[in-house]
Amino acid sequence: MLTEHGRAQLQTQMKAHSPRLYEELQVLRSDGEVTGPIDDIPPERMREMYRWMVLMRGFDKKCVTWQRQGRIGTYAPFEGQEAAQVGSALALSNSDWMFPTYRDHAAAMVHGQTMANVLLYWMGRMEGCVSPPGVRVLPPCVPIATHLLHAVGLAFAMTLRGERAVAIAYFGDGATSEGDFHEALNFAGVFRLPVIFLCQNNGYAISVPFSRQSASRTIAQRAVAYDIPGVRVDGNDVFAVHRAVTQARERAVAGLGPTLIEAVTFRYGAHTTADDPTRYRDQRRLSEEWRTQRDPIARLRLYLERRDLWSAREEEAWQAEAAALVEEAMQEAMAAGAADPLAMFQHVYADEPWHLAKQRREMLESRGGASA
Amino acid sequence: MSRALHLVQAVREALDLKLADDERVVLLGEDIGVNGSVFRATDGLIAKYGEHRVIDTPLAESGIIGTAIGLALGGLIPVVEIQFLAFIFPGLEQLFSHAARMRHRTRGQFGVPMVIRAPYGAGIRGPELHSESVEALFAHTPGLKVVVPGDPHDAKGLLISAIEDPDPVVFLEPTRIYRAFREAVPEGLYRVPIGKAKVVREGEDLSVITWGAMVRTALRAAQRMEQERGWRCEVVDLRTLHPVDRDAILASVQKTGRALVVHEAHRTAGLGAEIVSLINEEALLYLQAPIRRIAGYDVPVPMFAVEDDYLPTEERICRGIEETMQF
Repeated sequence: MLTEHGRAQLQTQMKAHSPRLYEELQVLRSDGEVTGPIDDIPPERMREMYRWMVLMRGFDKKCVTWQRQGRIGTYAPFEGQEAAQVGSALALSNSDWMFPTYRDHAAAMVHGQTMANVLLYWMGRMEGCVSPPGVRVLPPCVPIATHLLHAVGLAFAMTLRGERAVAIAYFGDGATSEGDFHEALNFAGVFRLPVIFLCQNNGYAISVPFSRQSASRTIAQRAVAYDIPGVRVDGNDVFAVHRAVTQARERAVAGLGPTLIEAVTFRYGAHTTADDPTRYRDQRRLSEEWRTQRDPIARLRLYLERRDLWSAREEEAWQAEAAALVEEAMQEAMAAGAADPLAMFQHVYADEPWHLAKQRREMLESRGGASA
Repeated sequence: MSRALHLVQAVREALDLKLADDERVVLLGEDIGVNGSVFRATDGLIAKYGEHRVIDTPLAESGIIGTAIGLALGGLIPVVEIQFLAFIFPGLEQLFSHAARMRHRTRGQFGVPMVIRAPYGAGIRGPELHSESVEALFAHTPGLKVVVPGDPHDAKGLLISAIEDPDPVVFLEPTRIYRAFREAVPEGLYRVPIGKAKVVREGEDLSVITWGAMVRTALRAAQRMEQERGWRCEVVDLRTLHPVDRDAILASVQKTGRALVVHEAHRTAGLGAEIVSLINEEALLYLQAPIRRIAGYDVPVPMFAVEDDYLPTEERICRGIEETMQF
């Protein structure tokens, strides 16, 4: 049996061996005030952040509605996470490569992916994976954490070719339990690669809370094991996210290697439109708390309005314009016409092998077309 | 000019020539640097090309293949070594869910030109899980090509083709014949086309369709059957397992009217079934006997004390030929 004294001794040992906790960095408080000077973000950039976040929330809400109406398929909403996605993506350069997941289309759109393509993706069409020419956004990654390694490889390629840019991978708290998370951070650390690992810790991997995901108190502290910088920020604070990513990017292009950023946030809605969050959390209370006390958009509006950088008139105009942009994107997606089943035979390989040519002809014939 | 090389030396030479020929080519793997890989397939290459071209990685197969995907997206041509094929399983998600699909899902915008090399197969007295033949997994995955050389000449020419291929290629190297024999291998770059089989022995009575280390075993069985019975068996080395050379298989079977498929992988759901099915669909009326499969048994590949009893032997192939000829 362990004596009281013995137990106390063991607890003292544990404390001595415990990792240090990462403080959650904050610049813009929920009440719209700032914790210190912001000389790294010019006013016009702040207005741009705000416009993007409003546009993205409008897009996201509309997508949930469209899913209910059957106009798009199952959809993964990001409402509540706009600051983490917009703030990080706006800190990138066009030469940087982005590796998003299925919940990061706000970041993807800020980096140049079109709204119409995002809609096509959620309409169940591969065309939605394509990004416009010159836009360095990879398709949304569906398996968890696998794309962190692609970012590592791309950063490796840029390093070997002497390009000065970064690769950024977006992922959630659940991804940190995957082996590929470890392998990616380990590789990036060993080869000192210009990668930004941006974790949006929204507290839940579908139903599983972070406390069940990991015994680590923070995700940022995992960085210690790889001897790379780890940063924990208020993920609903667009200024803090922007600053953390900007600094990580500066270090990366200077050859100082990767950074792990944990942006603490919350998804207001379900994991996807096929998910019912009331089954696993006090959805009403939690989403109400985050919406009223920690909303990323409301706090930025307060900040901007107090400094005469935004007005009620501008708000009204932008809300209308944003809604129109989202509608236009839907029109553009619809203009793609019906999906062509024969397109599934394209691009399996660079050149079509005999068996796919044969199967394509079989499909064509079964659909009543002439044999090609 | 050509010299007599072992298969593993031919592999090394292909890597050497492509590293010299194309600065986009990089090698990644465990112990491929100063150690020159456990079978010496990369021997001396780090000294010649440096640690930025011949990259010793941490011990993580998913990490290696996932990183290689990113390297390929970034414009390089990674050639990955998985130390033994049975160690690839942690990396299968990267290979199946990403490398094989990237071109398709981006509608041709991003390809993943990469080669996954892996020593494979039984017969070298390896420890447990060093002897598997899981080629069917890769052939079952759309977007991958699967190549297996059966001799040194093809090993070099096929590997050069694989490195130059715009799509991911799984390149399986039969360890049993890494150093089993030497063969004249031309110097310099040459290509053996992917997707083309090779008739390694001509015959009129029966077609033995096989690949990898089994090609030599099948050749011995064919020679014996000719000596003992006077039957002339054709031996077809498939060389590419996906996409398979349909025309070569059909041409041989239409000529001989009988076929035997030999592979060391497990029989059930092995590639033999696919080849039998192809012949049934396209050449049934040429057949004079059912097509038999001589394959590894449907048991976990045993440890080496009995691995020779697991592998298809000359004896078993001869029996299969006799049963087919005398049907």
